[in-house]
Amino acid sequence: MRDSLQTRPNFNFVESGAQTDQPTRRGAAGLIDHAGALEAADVHAWFDRLHALRGVTLSIPIRQVTAIIGPSGCGKSTFLRTLNRMHELVPGARVSGRVALDGEDVYAPGVDPVLIRRRIGMVFQKPNPFPTMSIYDNVAAGLRLAGVRDRSVLDGTVERSLDAAALWDEVKDRLEKPGTSLSGGQQQRLCIARALAVSPEVLLMDEPCSALDPASTLRIEELARELARDITIVIVTHNMQQAARVSESTAFMLDGALVEYGPTNSLFTRPTDQRTEDYITGRFG
Amino acid sequence: MHPRESFEQALRGLEDDIVRMGTMAGALIHRAIEALQARDAGEADAVIADDTRVDALHLEIEQRVIALLATQQPMARDLRELTSTMAISIDLERMADHAEGIGKAIKRLIKEPPLKPVVDIPRIEQIVQGMLQDALDAFVRRDVALAESLAAKDDMVDDLRSQVFRELLADMVKDPQTTSRALELILVAQHLERAADHITNVAERVIYLVTGEMRELNV
Repeated sequence: MRDSLQTRPNFNFVESGAQTDQPTRRGAAGLIDHAGALEAADVHAWFDRLHALRGVTLSIPIRQVTAIIGPSGCGKSTFLRTLNRMHELVPGARVSGRVALDGEDVYAPGVDPVLIRRRIGMVFQKPNPFPTMSIYDNVAAGLRLAGVRDRSVLDGTVERSLDAAALWDEVKDRLEKPGTSLSGGQQQRLCIARALAVSPEVLLMDEPCSALDPASTLRIEELARELARDITIVIVTHNMQQAARVSESTAFMLDGALVEYGPTNSLFTRPTDQRTEDYITGRFG
Repeated sequence: MHPRESFEQALRGLEDDIVRMGTMAGALIHRAIEALQARDAGEADAVIADDTRVDALHLEIEQRVIALLATQQPMARDLRELTSTMAISIDLERMADHAEGIGKAIKRLIKEPPLKPVVDIPRIEQIVQGMLQDALDAFVRRDVALAESLAAKDDMVDDLRSQVFRELLADMVKDPQTTSRALELILVAQHLERAADHITNVAERVIYLVTGEMRELNV
């Protein structure tokens, strides 16, 4: 039985005895006890008087990668940020409509937005490791904030998170080095590990590769596909090839509205809406 | 400047070359059947030699498609257009190979006296030429209905080929001396029937290009 949004007190840590077990495959299975499905219904968002989202209804399937594409300013990042209540952090920002995580309204009165952001993690365009912290402390930060002090629990979760983010082998001998000493691609994977450490159910990725070179980009994409076996992933990208490579479903947004949403293969080979066709063939945007 | 200008230009260039290639392949088939009727070994040799020109054009089209796939990373209709161009080019190249096959059969045939005047084989060829014209028109005009109409003509070709086969089989039974020549003529009819199948494939690609649906026309 799941805890309700209001009362979910802590994370489901693997018992300490299990920590030395070798995982049969890399992945977030040891961290994630539950993946969540997201439902957005008639979501509107404003920045002061700018009406940035105009009624988006979208159902995001569990344990899949869903991509959101669209030209700059179409509202795709704004939509992503309404899903985990980050939009409201901008002064003057407003949201209406309903976003449900596993059927529970994340905007219901009494719901703690901090808890929502923990259950729906986020990775940003530019890797943003905490600059003064070591690799280890970056990953452990969320747990420590939640009051976890037990060193063996921290060690186990840090290792599993870095492993799930495909970074463990590269950093296991220098966990005390600053997070910022890593390359851009490694920093982004560190941020993914940091997000995974608090056992999220959904991972939102906002243009996670736009600052990375092609090889690092492919690693992040591969990682997203791998993680999607255990967790629900939503990725916003302006790179259509990336959406095509990484996702099972793709949504195309334009002018704050959802134009077309469907299986990635059909959307990129035979879109049904002329505006989708025109955008993905480079006729505008 | 329009953002897609050079890409559009490359697509139109490919389209022109597909039509050119189809016309070349059709002309080869026609010359092969004329050489059969005239028992002209020199023309049969020329058909065999000219097949390499179609092969060369096919390779060139393929290379251009690959370059565009790599550099333009096409999506949606562009992707369907390029993959269809590649598939159509392969079918037209195979079609020309059948002209070459007919040329080789002619060279074996004319070592013996004529069996009988060929009547049905030129009729098959006429239908094949009509199909080719329709397939290329359907490709240029993106005409799904015209492409679909090729299924019926392909059936006509199949029926005529079976008729040729039955008649030549009867000849062989009557006079076993005719066997090797009758077999060569059956082979020629078979080449034409296969050419019609390739043209039907072209029509299927036109349907895919326009609608995104893959379906078989000759089921």
